[in-house]
Formats: sequence, structure tokens, C-alpha cells
Amino acid sequence: MDVNDIIKPENMVYSKTPVLTSTTMHYCPGCSHGTVHKLIAEVIDEMGIQEKTIGVSPVGCAVFAYNYVDIDWQQAAHGRAPAVATATKRLHPEKYVFTYQGDGDLASIGTAEIMHACNRGENIVVIFINNAIYGMTGGQMAPTTLLGMKTATTPYGRTKELHGSPLRITELLAQLEGTCYVTRQSVHNAASARKTKRAIRKAFENSALGKGTSFVEVVSTCNSGWKLSPVKANEWMVENMFPKYPVGDIKDL
Amino acid sequence: MALKGAIVVDREKCKGCGVCLVNCPTNTIALAKEVNSKGYNFAFMASPESCTGCTNCATVCPDTCITVYRVKV
Repeated sequence: MDVNDIIKPENMVYSKTPVLTSTTMHYCPGCSHGTVHKLIAEVIDEMGIQEKTIGVSPVGCAVFAYNYVDIDWQQAAHGRAPAVATATKRLHPEKYVFTYQGDGDLASIGTAEIMHACNRGENIVVIFINNAIYGMTGGQMAPTTLLGMKTATTPYGRTKELHGSPLRITELLAQLEGTCYVTRQSVHNAASARKTKRAIRKAFENSALGKGTSFVEVVSTCNSGWKLSPVKANEWMVENMFPKYPVGDIKDL
Repeated sequence: MALKGAIVVDREKCKGCGVCLVNCPTNTIALAKEVNSKGYNFAFMASPESCTGCTNCATVCPDTCITVYRVKV
């Protein structure tokens, strides 16, 4: 069968969702951000909530998320996305409100905001991209950086004595009574990306049911910051990140 | 009943990261020797006869530049 006989509109099984704009993303080749943006856009499309969704973008590479996902957005100061999302959700209880944050944003400067938003059980969704590094600013150590991992600010590797241990904030948040769904996923292969999509959908559905805060961590790569090729970065992540940050549901009420 | 698939890659949007290559179960995709206007070796369907239209490549593509078609033959 000729390829031209297959490539016809009636045979199309996968195409870019219209919720994703056609703007070329500024992310580095192979960056997990692009995949997660797409999954969020697909969930919004499938649930038919494009007009009812408000995202809060962080400080970090994903600050420009509003250029790529065609919904309403706000942009918060560094780490303060959960506080902005709290206000947005309380003023517009009928909307779906989510924050999109990295590990430097959420687990460092924004620890107070995320802890208290989750403890209050705000009906928001938090998408947490954990790539164990400050990507945008040039690969400095983040709270989630693994022990022994070399970054711009830990050239000899992170040590427990000097820098403390990697912060597993997702496990911490699972202990709070306000969270209803806490999960850790990844997007390095097709199966895990599909699981992540299901997790994001469940989180949005929880938000509509008023069950509390849903928290989806996505263990991600920063191949530029890690100084690896995109494919090697995914392999490195499976080998080194997963033992410390195992994927799976941590809490599901 | 066999499945025959085909992909169309948006050459200009592709950044040649290669994540689709390693996720293709039938080794259908390869990176082109030539580059797009941004200088990336874009992905293309190197062996069209082996594509099953499983959508794995499109699912993992960070830049969403792959469209997948599938027919039953």
C-alpha cells in the first residue's frame, strides 16, 4: 500500500490538538516541558474545558507556557503560583485552575505557598516538573538535585554534609490532609506519557468534584543542564532519578 | 488483519531530539542527513513499509510535530 493512500484525513489517528497553539516552543530539543504541555492541552481538549481553564505559569523556562496552550493564563512571582491559583479559584469557583511549576519554583522559593495551599485543600491542580536542576538560569543546584550530581553551583557534586539531602516534596505533600490525589509520573516513553495524561485528567476531574488539591509530579529531564543528549538524558533519568523519585500514585482518595 | 501506518513530520518544527526514534517499536523513523532552516536534522519516515501507526512517536514528541495515519489492510 502506498504511503499516499494512507495519508488521508479519514485515516488520521493522531494530530496536534487545537488547544496547543502552532507557535514553535522555545524549549531545548527533547525537553520534557513540551511533552507535558501537550498532555495538558490534550486533557483540556478531551474534557471540553478550554473556555473554563485558567493556568498559572511559574518563573522558569515554563514562564512562556501562555504562548503555547491556548487557554487563559496568569503569571505569578517566583514560587507564588499556588497563592495566585488560590485566589483565582476562590473568585471563579466554576473554573478549572492549575499551576505549572518547576522544582526550583515549587520546592525552594515557593515551599510556603505550596505547603499551605495543599494544607488548605484548595481545589486546584498542581503540575510539578521535577528535573533536579534550575534549568533556565543555567543549571544550578535545586532542592531536588541528587546527591553526587554535578551542577553549576556544585561542581564537585552535591553532598549531604554541605547541601543536605534531595527534597522529596511530593511525599511531604501527600501527608497533608488537604491533598486528595498525589502522584509521580514521567514522560520519557509513550507508555509513561499516556499514564501521565490519565493522571492529569484525574487531577482535573478531582478539581471539578471539589475533593481538594491534586498534585501531579512529572519526573523530567533538563538535557541542556545535565549536559546530555535528549535520549541520553532520558536514560540517565531512568537510571538515577527513579531510585530516588519512584513513579506511581502516592495518595489517591 | 494488519495495520499499516504512516507519519508526517513537520520538518520546520522538528528539533531533531531523537526521542521519537527510540520510542518507535519498528525502527521506522530516522534523522535526516539534511537540516531544516534552524539547522536541525529533522526526523522522517525512513522505512515507510514498517510503520504500524501506533502513535508512540507522536505521543512522546515534545514539539508535537508528528501526525499519524493508520489503515487496516
